[in-house]
Amino acid sequence: MANTNKTSSKKLNQLISNTITYIFLVIISIIWLFPFVGLVLQSFRSYETEYGGMVNYFLPKQFSLDAYKYLFVAENKFLRWYGNTLIIAVVVAIINTVMVLCVSYALSRMRFRGRTALMKFWLILGMFPGFLTMICLYFLLKQFGLTQAGAIPGLILISTASSGMGYYVCKGYLDTIPRSLDESARIDGASNARIFVTMLLPLSKPIVIYTALVAFLAPWCDYVFASYVAFGYSDSYNVAVALQRWVWTNDYQGYFTRFCAGGVLVGIPVTILFLCLQKYYVEGVTGGAVKG
Amino acid sequence: MGKDKKSTSGIGSAFKGFGADIREIGTTFAEGDWKTKVSFVIMGFGSLMRGQILRGLVFLVSEILFIYYMASFGIGYLKDITTLGTVATYTDKSGIVPITVYGDNSFFILLYSILSIFFIVALIFLWRINIRQNYMAEKLLKEGKQLPTIKQDLSSLLNENFDKTLLALPCAGVFLFVVLPIIFMICIAFTNYDADHQSPANLFTWVGLENFKNLFSMGSSGFGSTFVTVLIWTLIWAFFATFLNYFLGMAVAILINKKGIKFKKMWRTILVMTIAVPQFVSLLYVSKMFAADGLVNTYLLKWGIIQQAIPFWTQAAYTRVMIILINVWIGIPYMVLMATGLLMNIPEDLYESARIDGANAFQMFRKITLPYMLFVTGPYLLTSFTGNLNNFNVIFLLTRGGPQSMKLTGGAGYSDLLITWLYKMTVDDTNYRMAAVIGIFIFAVTAVISLSVYRLLPSVKDEEGFQ
Repeated sequence: MANTNKTSSKKLNQLISNTITYIFLVIISIIWLFPFVGLVLQSFRSYETEYGGMVNYFLPKQFSLDAYKYLFVAENKFLRWYGNTLIIAVVVAIINTVMVLCVSYALSRMRFRGRTALMKFWLILGMFPGFLTMICLYFLLKQFGLTQAGAIPGLILISTASSGMGYYVCKGYLDTIPRSLDESARIDGASNARIFVTMLLPLSKPIVIYTALVAFLAPWCDYVFASYVAFGYSDSYNVAVALQRWVWTNDYQGYFTRFCAGGVLVGIPVTILFLCLQKYYVEGVTGGAVKG
Repeated sequence: MGKDKKSTSGIGSAFKGFGADIREIGTTFAEGDWKTKVSFVIMGFGSLMRGQILRGLVFLVSEILFIYYMASFGIGYLKDITTLGTVATYTDKSGIVPITVYGDNSFFILLYSILSIFFIVALIFLWRINIRQNYMAEKLLKEGKQLPTIKQDLSSLLNENFDKTLLALPCAGVFLFVVLPIIFMICIAFTNYDADHQSPANLFTWVGLENFKNLFSMGSSGFGSTFVTVLIWTLIWAFFATFLNYFLGMAVAILINKKGIKFKKMWRTILVMTIAVPQFVSLLYVSKMFAADGLVNTYLLKWGIIQQAIPFWTQAAYTRVMIILINVWIGIPYMVLMATGLLMNIPEDLYESARIDGANAFQMFRKITLPYMLFVTGPYLLTSFTGNLNNFNVIFLLTRGGPQSMKLTGGAGYSDLLITWLYKMTVDDTNYRMAAVIGIFIFAVTAVISLSVYRLLPSVKDEEGFQ
């Protein structure tokens, strides 16, 4: 009798604590989703009958596609900015992944003179803030005509040139692939290049996806270099620069709903991509964090 | 790890190696044949004469390119490095048509001088390899062996020397776009390059340690008090941003992982939204939400909870707290993603036996979960701390460093971190001299914290601890 009482009180306890947890999780979810719901709702506010700026109510009085229509008019350039960002993101993702893989293979699998020195040197370089070198990079690019009108290749160059320094996560992953695998291949007469391409590359699929994903996402948020390199030449903006200007310039009132609509259009594909590849992202983040 | 020891015993062995190098160069010259001797002046000559056409050409072409570069370009800049130029560009208005007379340009003098110095060092390095090549080739020939053919040379680039193939492009990129600019900016910290000295119209020049003095001078025009304010806030921010996110994130992860909680994946996906949506969208929207005419204030006013709009972005104290809170919104999901996997690695029987011993949930967390997590995620905590020191996006997108104040110099605001201050000085004030000084200090802070904490990490001290 006492025994059943005990188990039932234990069950009751569990029920209470689970209920509290659920309530807590629901509250958290609301907080987390609120801004995104707000963003989507605001983007559907009518520009004609209501107001394009910030208003003091949450639900639009009338749903309309005014803001989206504005974005798809060619002379408003949003499509161009979107295209710019997409081009940068795709190219950077491809080149960065190749660079990171090359560096990781060399540092993980090969032993050569100056290997640890190189790693230490890059580690120290990484401690300098990136913006420090902004002016210098700007003038370097300008020498080659890669600013303003040529900002897109310029940005790609900046983002990819030093990407080899971000090898940590990838190298950490390659380190976990047993060396005995490539040693046996080497005995069979395979060269390093062959081992790299035909053996390690297929095995490191998760980390390739992780590297590409991170490299792909970065240009969507790049404001600092993008605005500096494109300086005043609106054809070369990316979405981050353009939408940021809409929000911060003095007439952001009129552009607020357009910013929301633009944000939705940027956010949806990126979010979907991210959620699909989330598994790989977690693997990369966890592996990188634990290994340091 | 064994390799590290070798390099830490450092400078002495470096000198020894240098001495051995000199000796080898000497003996190569003394004992070498005429082909080798000519190679001391004409690089690659020996290789060419011995039939290693490819190697010889590489050396010869780089020497020719170097001489061409220096003669036509490098020397012109390098000779001005001590003054950074003396003749400014000006417009001659004495004639009927004004003529622009081009003078020196300090910026390019400094930049190309640094580049030239690098090329000189690189050439010396190549020259050394060239001599070593001759030495090796002669040795091989004396032993009656064959020299490697072009084909062998090329195929070695895919095998024994594959590292050189792989690293060539990344290293070149890092050199040109990281090393060169960083050295350039370090030099700028010792010049007076600012809004009043924009070459070519107004040349800038070396000023020694003046900028560093300025950073620490407490007077009204000095940067001292502002620097201290910004530095302290940067450290406070990094501390809260790191540890608040760490512990709250872990707590949420534990809640989601709890037995009997359903839809685990859904909760996580909801949280992950803040990682997936680009920050400039989410943070800009949130920043507007809390503005004086934003949703939060207007609703609170409408409901009569407050009489006046809360000055979220205009009062320093509010702003700082808000930034830290909003950063929790951004930061928790990362921690949840990471902690979920790690928490599941903790053996369940540890908790089971603790439960039998009568431990409550908090005790179990303190004695089992926390030590394990701290041990495993030590490196993550460190990198996330240094990352937060330089967390540009959150600050800049939310407040742009504001609220600004007349009490702060250099355009700084009360939520500015060193990194956003650096950005403002570069872009808004074109005060490059001070920006460079601050950049060096950011590096110093990051380096000191990383190196000192890294040695204290339990996972570094004791690698086997939890296995």
